[in-house]
Amino acid sequence: MLINRRRGDVASPLIFFIIAATLIPLGVSPDPSVLSMIAPGIIWVMALLATLLSADRLFDADYNDGSLEQLLISSQLLVMPVLGKIAAHWLTTGLPLTLVSPLLGLLFSLPSEGYTAMMAGLAIGTGCLSLLAALGAALTVSLQKGGLLLTLIVMPLYIPVIIFGSATAQYSIDGLAWDVPLAILAAMLTIAIALCPIAIAGILRLTTIN
Amino acid sequence: MNWNWFYRMGSPKWFYYTTSRWLPWLGVMTLCLLVTGLVWGLAFAPEDAKQGNSFRIIYLHVPASLLALAGYFLMAAAGAIGLIWRMKLSFMVMKCAAPLGAVLTFLALFTGAIWGKPTWGSYWVWDARVTSMLILLFLYLGVLALQYAFQSQEVGNKASAILALIGTVNIPIIYKSVDWWFTLHQPSTIKFTEAPSMHPDMFQPLLVMILGFYCFYALALFMSVRVEILHRERKTAWVRDLVSQVAEERVGVNS
Repeated sequence: MLINRRRGDVASPLIFFIIAATLIPLGVSPDPSVLSMIAPGIIWVMALLATLLSADRLFDADYNDGSLEQLLISSQLLVMPVLGKIAAHWLTTGLPLTLVSPLLGLLFSLPSEGYTAMMAGLAIGTGCLSLLAALGAALTVSLQKGGLLLTLIVMPLYIPVIIFGSATAQYSIDGLAWDVPLAILAAMLTIAIALCPIAIAGILRLTTIN
Repeated sequence: MNWNWFYRMGSPKWFYYTTSRWLPWLGVMTLCLLVTGLVWGLAFAPEDAKQGNSFRIIYLHVPASLLALAGYFLMAAAGAIGLIWRMKLSFMVMKCAAPLGAVLTFLALFTGAIWGKPTWGSYWVWDARVTSMLILLFLYLGVLALQYAFQSQEVGNKASAILALIGTVNIPIIYKSVDWWFTLHQPSTIKFTEAPSMHPDMFQPLLVMILGFYCFYALALFMSVRVEILHRERKTAWVRDLVSQVAEERVGVNS
């Protein structure tokens, strides 16, 4: 409901996701055999960039209008609202990206065995991406130009996610057991859900009050 | 147990005066070890049977990579100590360790690239270790950038300390995943024969170089922390006394 107030925030990562992916065939080669080889990786890189694009707005509005400080001084635990914000971020970026990804798979002539695995991987993996992006967003929330810094901070942390994410799709295309990398992705998500909100709450306490 | 020594270590003044006694010794040791190691390694160690003389860059590459890794953990540990015990000094150590570590990581990558050309046939290979080192460089740069982004020094200190700790949690995960990715992707065209079976004649100078690099690291870290102390504590009485004392000595020499 809150997201409804700024519809552009939902649409722009999605549009970015599709437009940026369109550039790849133009830049690399329109040959389907080349494209289908790089498809899982490209789709994952695009998804990663799209979540980064929307990440710096995670706590921005709340910081500017002071409601973040209200949350900090309220007697309630900060962890739950933080988790709620991250869930909302995932619902408005990760989930739409997952739903749109078959379309991109089509454009990149992704082999038909890859779709289920790619979507499952994206659904779980973008959850990790949202949690990690929130870490960076919390660290840079009080800065004027935090966007670039956020990218620099979060990018190295994304590496395991993208490795196992694109491996999930690649494995299913190659006919291997793709539930193995998927299980590792899910394990990473579990750990991140447990630890990230606590860390983020601590970071917000530091960066907003001082 | 008596914890006095621990708290005393947190005092910038104590650190400053203690290290000024250590610095000359450390400097001499660094110089001796590095010169011995370099001359021994570059001129006297036997030539490698397969790689010829090009292997000699190992005497820079290995110590630099070792210290780049050790330096990250030192930085993260200093950050953690600062967050837990709120020690001013450990934040200064953390701040000074970041650029030093970034430079060493870059040096390791650079020497690796130079070494890679004659042995692997290309400057850059997406090898698991090389990639991990590149990511380590990014982590260092993130900590550095975050440190300077904040107006308030205190927030900058704590934020970058937290980031360094998050990085520490992630390093094993990143390392393992890159390792796994490498075994998945890489056709085994390149064999990097590792050092355990190194001949003692080659290994001894390497050991000297590693020790020399450790001394150099300590020396560089101490020197930059001392500058940082003087800068941050410039309003305290002891730094003012120190500065005016030095100024008087200068005047005395000149007149």
